[in-house]
Amino acid sequence: MQRLMPSRPEELAEILRWAAADAVPLAVTGSGSKAGIGTPVVAEHELSLAGFDRIHDYEPDELVLTAGAGTPLAEVEALLARHRQQLAFEPPDMTSVGRAMADAAAPRAGTLGGVVAANLSGPRRFAAGAARDHCIGLRAVSGRGEGFKSGGRVVKNVTGFDLSKLLSGSWGTLAALWEVTVKVVPAPECARSLVLCGLEADEGVRAMTAALSSVHMVSGAAHLPAPVAARCGRGAATGAALTLLRVEGPEPSVRHRLAGLQTLLGGDSLLLGEAESGVLWRAIGDLAPLPAADDWVLWRISLPPAAAPGVLAALLRQAPCDWLFDQGGGLLWLHCPVETPAEQVRAALAACGGHATLWRASAAHRARVTVFHPQPPALAALSQRVKHGFDPRGILNPGRMYPDT
Amino acid sequence: MRSGCATRRWLRPLLLLGSAHLRVGVGQRPPGAVMLPFPIPIDPQRGPRVEMPAPEPGILAQREALLAELRAGLADDQVIADDAGLRAYDSDALTAYRQPPLLAVLPNDVAELSQVLAICHRRKVKVVARGAGTSLSGGALPLADAVLIGLGRFNRILDIDYDNRCITAQSGVTNLALSEAVAERGFYYAPDPSSQIACTIGGNVAENSGGVHCLKYGMTTNNLLGLEMVLLDGTPIRLGGKHQDAEGYDLLGLLTGSEGLLGVITEVTARILPRPETARAALLGFASNEDAGRVVAAIIAAGIVPAGLEMMDRFIVAATEAFCHPGYPLDVEALLIVELDGPGAEVDHLLAQVVDIARAQGAVSVRVSESEAERLAFWSGRKAAFPAVGRLSPDYLCMDGTIPRKRLPEVLRRMAELSREFGLRVTNVFHAGDGNLHPLILYDANQPGELERAEAFGAAILRLCVAVGGVLTGEHGVGVEKRDLMGTMFDAEDLAQQQRVKCAFDPEGRLNPGKVFPQLHRCAELGRMHVHRGRVPFPELPRF
Repeated sequence: MQRLMPSRPEELAEILRWAAADAVPLAVTGSGSKAGIGTPVVAEHELSLAGFDRIHDYEPDELVLTAGAGTPLAEVEALLARHRQQLAFEPPDMTSVGRAMADAAAPRAGTLGGVVAANLSGPRRFAAGAARDHCIGLRAVSGRGEGFKSGGRVVKNVTGFDLSKLLSGSWGTLAALWEVTVKVVPAPECARSLVLCGLEADEGVRAMTAALSSVHMVSGAAHLPAPVAARCGRGAATGAALTLLRVEGPEPSVRHRLAGLQTLLGGDSLLLGEAESGVLWRAIGDLAPLPAADDWVLWRISLPPAAAPGVLAALLRQAPCDWLFDQGGGLLWLHCPVETPAEQVRAALAACGGHATLWRASAAHRARVTVFHPQPPALAALSQRVKHGFDPRGILNPGRMYPDT
Repeated sequence: MRSGCATRRWLRPLLLLGSAHLRVGVGQRPPGAVMLPFPIPIDPQRGPRVEMPAPEPGILAQREALLAELRAGLADDQVIADDAGLRAYDSDALTAYRQPPLLAVLPNDVAELSQVLAICHRRKVKVVARGAGTSLSGGALPLADAVLIGLGRFNRILDIDYDNRCITAQSGVTNLALSEAVAERGFYYAPDPSSQIACTIGGNVAENSGGVHCLKYGMTTNNLLGLEMVLLDGTPIRLGGKHQDAEGYDLLGLLTGSEGLLGVITEVTARILPRPETARAALLGFASNEDAGRVVAAIIAAGIVPAGLEMMDRFIVAATEAFCHPGYPLDVEALLIVELDGPGAEVDHLLAQVVDIARAQGAVSVRVSESEAERLAFWSGRKAAFPAVGRLSPDYLCMDGTIPRKRLPEVLRRMAELSREFGLRVTNVFHAGDGNLHPLILYDANQPGELERAEAFGAAILRLCVAVGGVLTGEHGVGVEKRDLMGTMFDAEDLAQQQRVKCAFDPEGRLNPGKVFPQLHRCAELGRMHVHRGRVPFPELPRF
């Protein structure tokens, strides 16, 4: 296996034309930070996009940034921070799992293109949108070896099909992205959190639902059961389950809204200041409280928030799992023994809808299990036809998502 | 819905119908025109109008057989075949284009729709879907050899789920009805296109509609959770649900804004939000467009994201003041409405910052709404801008480009130059916060050549938008109107890749043909690969 690392779009197109001609399967990579996610790809060569590593254009006043897909996320975030701006979708760093809490401010692993290709978003996703909502333009080369662009550099644009959305979350199976344009936003002046202690899972979701249905504009809503919370600083101190609600904005507004939430929710609560709140939310986004362990796997379950307690209860009856709720209950991270059958995890979603992705497991296990949630036949066939339109020879990350894509 | 001939022109926009006599395409350069900084396409052979695909005789010939087959499975009032009945569907809000469909069908449910599509598919008959017909770009323009499917009977709200903060409705429910359905519990659906009283949620999805609040709350695509659609062969498909993000490819994101080319949308699940605690607006007047443009940039640079940030030029200010008396200052060149919403403490805090910014940049007039009535008065003029202009000019074209915010002063200057060159007046209302321009070109269709000149002027403005790094359309869609300008923004490979996506859904190009893409390619031709075998793979590339 060779590592091909073009740094110009013409080289990238040439490689893909050659690979398409000879049907050479390629593993498309950035920095490799998400190599452990998805069905293992059997490829002849690695196509690294790490050579597209420059920020091409950043205009703080226009709230837009264009960079090579291989640009380290850390570099992008550092530049934005200097201008008091940020990526609103709060990309998590999946390599920091198990890292000590004190390191939570460490630079993020991963590349800008990787975040888009995986549509990875953090705790602010329900309030600010996912990576796909912030990717407003891109340039890529298809599996046919043909370059194309989509979108542009302005936020309001409906010209042509929105291929930026289609490529977001396509895990490199449709085209090799080499340039991404993202919408950026001003960083909030202030961010603090309200923490409710000792709630059960269903009470936690009810509290989050009440908070998210209020006028207080909550931008983070997670619930950690006591054993998981114990792995976070504040949780270790209280020994209780934690329900966290984040509020961001100008300081007077944050103060007013936190007081409003306290009145609304009552009960036993704590207020976290800027620093502690920041560390906790980063830890939750990066899954620090659910560290990897041998013979345990991690499922990422997206579901209707109100259904989360019921689904969780059903799953816990079948296996002794660690878990946490993010997104007000709309995202359940389930850490369970490797022998827990995938069918069982997915069956729990049958009534309410949603999907379960095997997020972290050994390569051998990922090769055995259907990693991405199976689709109904008509939708699977449609997705396969879409793939064929971009990559007819199946050379880009073959099988990483589904056998036929 | 459509405008009757008897409707006075200025009334049309109030009815959300033919507000825009938009016809973009090619036109004659006015005699003695100065050279423009970019070329305007002139094709005297083709005339000014965008051409639709020629009707296929094979389809026209089977009209009676098709009619009989459709009637066999549907009630009499669901299949419209008489001339008067078909004329009711002959255009959308791009009223310069009119074409009665082959037949019109009004299915009651997904099963009937599937059946109709399957029949059309088997007979290789083209299909155009239509919601309320408020498209400003001709997205629902019928074809002589296509069955028009009206989704007006898909008019039920199916589910309101406050705990999951979403609403599910059939595609023919109006945008405003979604917000009204959840108002009792203090929720609303955020995207608010001006036509929200009439336009349907299915149409909003097809066009990825915006509105004045999308700077803060996003467009339709940012507010959806799921949809149901029927493919051209009659297969129903569900995307998403009440959960976030897709398990596989983001086809929900792809469908949104696909302008009716990929499937017929039957059901939509959208996010609902708690209505903000309060909203206040500032009305800021400036002595020049440049001053106003600088304030827009400074507000954004200060980290403030207003709920709405609108700009009007002197002509619009005067026209709206005369029309509905919102109390606008008449001695300004540009007027901004800056609306902030959220908790009262935040709104007051940020509004004070906005006023400071405006004063520092030399605002000549500053007013802040002190009551809900005053806030609504500020908006009343902006919302009446189109009818107010319609009263002063026999006709106008409404354009819809987006530009990078910082290029605004330059674009306005060049637009004024173009106005002189074309000999037609242009006036601007502008979603300044996100750079979405709505220049209105004033003309009189009764003057020979004026319409053609106005269209050429409109095309020149859109080319200008693209030339400064912007795009052809911010929220109205490409449709028929901007179809032939797609080449200014996308090259052949960009367009080919988009059309290959179309092929995955509709390999024979029978769903809403003649829209969005300037040239139709056969899917077989697009699928062909040019293979370069036997070359050494890049010895010069770095390998590790």
